[in-house]
Amino acid sequence: MAEDKSTQNGRDARADIRAEGLRRDIDENLKRVFEASLDPEIPDRFKDLLAQLKARGGGQ
Amino acid sequence: MTGPDPRTEDPRTDPRDELASHIPALRAFAISLTRNVTEADDLVQETILKAWGNFDKFLLGSNLRAWLFTILRNTFYSARRKTRREVPDPDGLHAGTLVTHPAHDGRLAMADFTRAFDQLSAEHREVLILVGANGYSYEEAAAMMGVATGTAKSRANRARARLCELLGLAEGETVLIPSSSAGAAAPGMGPGPGPQAA
Repeated sequence: MAEDKSTQNGRDARADIRAEGLRRDIDENLKRVFEASLDPEIPDRFKDLLAQLKARGGGQ
Repeated sequence: MTGPDPRTEDPRTDPRDELASHIPALRAFAISLTRNVTEADDLVQETILKAWGNFDKFLLGSNLRAWLFTILRNTFYSARRKTRREVPDPDGLHAGTLVTHPAHDGRLAMADFTRAFDQLSAEHREVLILVGANGYSYEEAAAMMGVATGTAKSRANRARARLCELLGLAEGETVLIPSSSAGAAAPGMGPGPGPQAA
């Protein structure tokens, strides 16, 4: 019985490790895709908007 | 590329001056939520306006990007509630079945990954962008989403599981996309060549 339990525990531990590895891979993929999607160029509409807000002075 | 690390920002600088450096990340987050470039940029514009008018409420030295992300997602959900264009679907129950055909030759293609990501519910996309892509802790993400930490964690786990399901991932398959393909088109998560209709 003790053997069965330890086998079960071993299986659970291996499953946990696999799940953890999968989680890490998924998150790493998300990081890579998000990074790849960043466009460092700021569109003029946002540059203009910030300039207008600054020109108005501080807050609204 | 991602702008200054929000965790190491100098608390003495005026956060208004830092706003521009967060625009690329705000746009990417907005596209992840709206899946539409035009709508995303409108959302970013509204976020900037709201942030600008509320900087007195921003705690100097705290995480500016997290604050901006919070404004952005609140604006997104508030607009969505008004227009009722999408039913809240935290578990992706209505997301349907994947229409992609992952060609598993031992590696996962970025295009397959992003296509599957786009099939997720907005709540699942959101939590994965916050926790997975941006590395916020469950506590931080929970605060940004206005939910309990346990909810953020279980939502993230369900989102990952749903993503794997959509990708048709079987046990033992390689799920890491090659980093060399990171420059390829990322349909739902970035300002790509054209609008991405839902």
